[in-house]
Amino acid sequence: MEQDYYLELCDRPIVFEKATTVNSVFFDEANKQVFAVRSGGATGVFVKGPDDKSPICFRMEDKGEVKCIKFSLENKILAVQRTSRTVDFINLIQDYSQLEYSQECKTKNARILGFCWTSSTEIVFITDQGIEFYQVLPEKRTVKLLKSQSINVNWYMYCPESAVILLSTANLCNVLQPFYFRAGTVSKMPKFEIELPALMGKSTKISERDIAMATIYGQLYVLFLRHHSKSSSSAGAEVVLYHLPREGTCKKMHILKLNRTGKFALNVVDNLVVVHHQDTETSVIFDIRLRGESDGTVTLHQPVLPARSIHPYQMSVAGLSAVAPQAPIPCKLYSSSWIVFQPDIIISASEGYLWYLRIKLQPIVHLLQDKGRLMDFLLQRKDCKSVILSVCSQILTQSGRALLPVIATVFDKLNNEYKKYLDAEHSYTLAVETSQGRSNALLKRPVRGQAVIDQSDMYTHVLSVFTDLKEAPHKFIIAVLMEYIRSLNQFQIPVQHYLYELVIKTLVQHNLFYMLHQFLQYHVLSDSKPLACLLLSLESVYPPAHQLSLDMLKRLSTANDEIVEVLLSKQQVLAAMRFVRSIGGQDSASARKFLDAAKQTANNMLFYTVFRFFEQRNQRLRGNPNFTPGEHCEEHVALFKQLFGEQALLKPPAF
Amino acid sequence: MAYAVQDKRFAPSLLSFFIYNPKFGPREGEEEKKILFYHPNEVEKNEKIRNVGLCEAIVQFTRTFNPTKPAKSLHTQKNRQFFHEPEEGFWMVMVVKNPLAEKQKEGKTVLEYQEDELLDKVYSSVLQQCYRMYKLFNGTFSRAMEVGQVELLKDRLEKFFHRYLQTLHLHSCDLLDVFGGISFFPLDKMTYLKIQSFINRIEESLNIVKYTVFLYNDQLIWSGLEQEDMRILYKYLTTTLFPRYTEPELAGRDSPIRPEMPGNLQHYGRFLTGPLNLSDPEVKFRFPKIFVNTEDSYEELYLIVYKAMSASVCFMIDASVQLTVDFCRKLDSLVGPQLTVLASDICEQFNINRRISGSEKEPQFKFIYFNHMNLAEKSTIHLRKTPSMSLTSVQPELMKILGDINGDFTRVDEDEEIIVKAMSDYWVVGKKSDQRELYVILNQKNSNLIEVNEEIKKLCATQFSNIFFLD
Repeated sequence: MEQDYYLELCDRPIVFEKATTVNSVFFDEANKQVFAVRSGGATGVFVKGPDDKSPICFRMEDKGEVKCIKFSLENKILAVQRTSRTVDFINLIQDYSQLEYSQECKTKNARILGFCWTSSTEIVFITDQGIEFYQVLPEKRTVKLLKSQSINVNWYMYCPESAVILLSTANLCNVLQPFYFRAGTVSKMPKFEIELPALMGKSTKISERDIAMATIYGQLYVLFLRHHSKSSSSAGAEVVLYHLPREGTCKKMHILKLNRTGKFALNVVDNLVVVHHQDTETSVIFDIRLRGESDGTVTLHQPVLPARSIHPYQMSVAGLSAVAPQAPIPCKLYSSSWIVFQPDIIISASEGYLWYLRIKLQPIVHLLQDKGRLMDFLLQRKDCKSVILSVCSQILTQSGRALLPVIATVFDKLNNEYKKYLDAEHSYTLAVETSQGRSNALLKRPVRGQAVIDQSDMYTHVLSVFTDLKEAPHKFIIAVLMEYIRSLNQFQIPVQHYLYELVIKTLVQHNLFYMLHQFLQYHVLSDSKPLACLLLSLESVYPPAHQLSLDMLKRLSTANDEIVEVLLSKQQVLAAMRFVRSIGGQDSASARKFLDAAKQTANNMLFYTVFRFFEQRNQRLRGNPNFTPGEHCEEHVALFKQLFGEQALLKPPAF
Repeated sequence: MAYAVQDKRFAPSLLSFFIYNPKFGPREGEEEKKILFYHPNEVEKNEKIRNVGLCEAIVQFTRTFNPTKPAKSLHTQKNRQFFHEPEEGFWMVMVVKNPLAEKQKEGKTVLEYQEDELLDKVYSSVLQQCYRMYKLFNGTFSRAMEVGQVELLKDRLEKFFHRYLQTLHLHSCDLLDVFGGISFFPLDKMTYLKIQSFINRIEESLNIVKYTVFLYNDQLIWSGLEQEDMRILYKYLTTTLFPRYTEPELAGRDSPIRPEMPGNLQHYGRFLTGPLNLSDPEVKFRFPKIFVNTEDSYEELYLIVYKAMSASVCFMIDASVQLTVDFCRKLDSLVGPQLTVLASDICEQFNINRRISGSEKEPQFKFIYFNHMNLAEKSTIHLRKTPSMSLTSVQPELMKILGDINGDFTRVDEDEEIIVKAMSDYWVVGKKSDQRELYVILNQKNSNLIEVNEEIKKLCATQFSNIFFLD
């Protein structure tokens, strides 16, 4: 089934010349660059990185077989290992001499196993007898030893993201010694021992192929592929995850149950551990954040999804040659010539391809039936927003409708993430305010990940669409909206008024005014001016809305002008005046507005009362009952005179 | 409550109650056919006919003055008659004997009728309520005529009113009967939303449930029914059904906790209507039927009332559905545990809120509040309502003043405020703002009008600050 594949190879691979007898291929995990070295470099070195549009090409003298070749960070210095005791350097910085210079390892009789750049000018040699940490000075074309450590090394592993080198020591290779490099310093981290499977023969050593290092959810882990489970009851292989904290000791944390045996390879994509199985040509994924079976210290995980192959891949033959494009040919997946690198790289040296492994979220929606678990899974993914929104829409549609408790769970999970972000944002704002100017650089604005699905996302993409479709019974629509509002409230997230408007709209459409009234009575729909105005507009269809609206305006306490307007529009002039007086606003009230309203009632006594009220106010404020020209009350004065006579006007005090 | 009563009083009582339709016996000699129900039944036939004829005549006669609003009541020295035409042609008449006072006059004991003590509005409301209660359980008169002719109607009327009239306690009727309001349970938003969520989920899993009503402490929290139907159902629940169960509970009998069937959570849920014992496979049960939305869709529903601790839920299910004991078990196992948890949540939240707002102490003011818009009613005057009587903490004289003020309010549309000083030196204040009415009784004998006015302002500011209530 087309939609079943949840892993894929990126569609823009790095294509390089495949490995042959004259062309050696190297991969640098730090810079993610592929080196194709033809005839020891004499006929050209081609370097392709992930972002490079065109490869870096250069030639170098053929001084023997190249064992290892890597650029320092930012492609400043090239390091080439040709013998087992020396590494040669070539500057690629403009204005610096491009003559090679070299460094021999300091330890006597030691053999260089490899080297790693830890910065643009710092390099570590790993020998069978320890590590040597050097600083390269390209301008002087010299290399300075910063630090060295003696230790028996079987093999090593480097994780560039965390700048940690892991050394395998001891006879069975099962004692691992990590080192952490930073700005010219080395820190030795506590070593730890990998538990050997009981069934393993004494002579079996732990191979570097069974160990990987990767950063998962921001934490460094050492992944150990244990081919035979310790307990004989379960036959399948498993992956053991050791957490390697920067401080403190390494701890066994997770066990991923593979439930099968054979040849495996590991990748880490989007914080998921991907385990490829060559025999069945399928892969499974594990998410250590999903709930597993725990014994208090170690959590057992089963694959999140059933095993599936990587999505079939078509290789365009025109990859290298510029001849007319031919029909693409299917790529052999899980080929024995594949080599995987951490975190997410698959290289086929024989085909000359480097791919990044990708996770496809859409197919997972159908594979993971438990919606709560699906949400837990999706919320941890990088590009999850559109998929999450589509899941939300789907569980509300006629065909895929979920039960309310499920919908509630989904909403709660979304709002949990949403709330975390709001809290982070809030404490950031607070911190910025309190530390005015000081150490602002240290404060990091929280990053809004895709998993933050806010109310406007839900409104725009899910809820308003769902209510507009009207395929669901209104009872269900209202239940869903209330459930979302309940969830927001549970996480103490202030609800935006457009959600309330949606509720009101739905209720009004189905004449469920009494329900609306009850919601408002319990303040489930929180007060706001827009909501009060909406209610006001409902008065013609539901008269109590008037009272509800006025109550709301009153509670807002910032809407006194609106209250006066509402009362005047209903010709409740006296009520409006009493209200203005009760809030102490009579001195600034517009006389004209009130007189207009009073005039419209055609109630002469009312007009008289209002007129007199303002005359008295004028008297009190200005010592004169007359209206100022700015008040524009001339017509009202005229009307007053006409109705009650000139002598009825209050007289200015005589001096 | 003991009052200093100098005279012996006899409370108003029901003299007779009858229902007739003039069209059913238009010819002479057939007058008896008009009568559909007559209480007391023992009355001699000719007297029944005479009384009905008199009412008919009065209504006819007053119609000549106002064709749309014929007489509502007839005052006589000994009694008062109330007329109500709930459906076209069908008349209900209630005759109430005026209260009596035994007075000493010139050394002799004389009985005096206190004709002015009765309030028309109170008893007209009681009469209307009789009809609405009948309709809730039996449907309309005309529907009964369509289904089973006059015999069925007579039969239903007899069955219903025979019992119902005994529960009319005319001596304790007051302003609250006029309002026929609903007391709402004060609740915070979050708990309210939890209840909403609970109701929606139950209605989803038990999809034959058409409407749900939720109450706590006999106060309404949610009604899926329309307001008018809820109003009368609320009356039934709080004055008839709930007291029937709370009284044995108060007496310590009928412990509601019960061991559940294995596999089920223990809970406090039980049916107030329907099966009493679910573990008995032979259990016989019947749910009462109610009629709602009689104006349009005319729905006949079963009323299931289920209670856990202080929380009660009414589920209404179309009466065409056959309700089995299996369904009851399913409902019990589904609702029981959830409702038990919810009930304790509400209780906890309510206690927290009460502590915060400090409303634990007895309010200083005695007041009745009513909002016509949502029928919300609140009274600190009525201590406790039992089916037999409503206990008020003020003198009947003051209650009568409240009724009079209400009568004044009804006559005008505009907002008003009335302040009365009672004979007993109490101040009684009535306020009407838009659709809301507030009645306050102040026990400040030496206050003057200005001080009373200030007190009322203070009360409004503290008790009603969150509504638009003009001062």
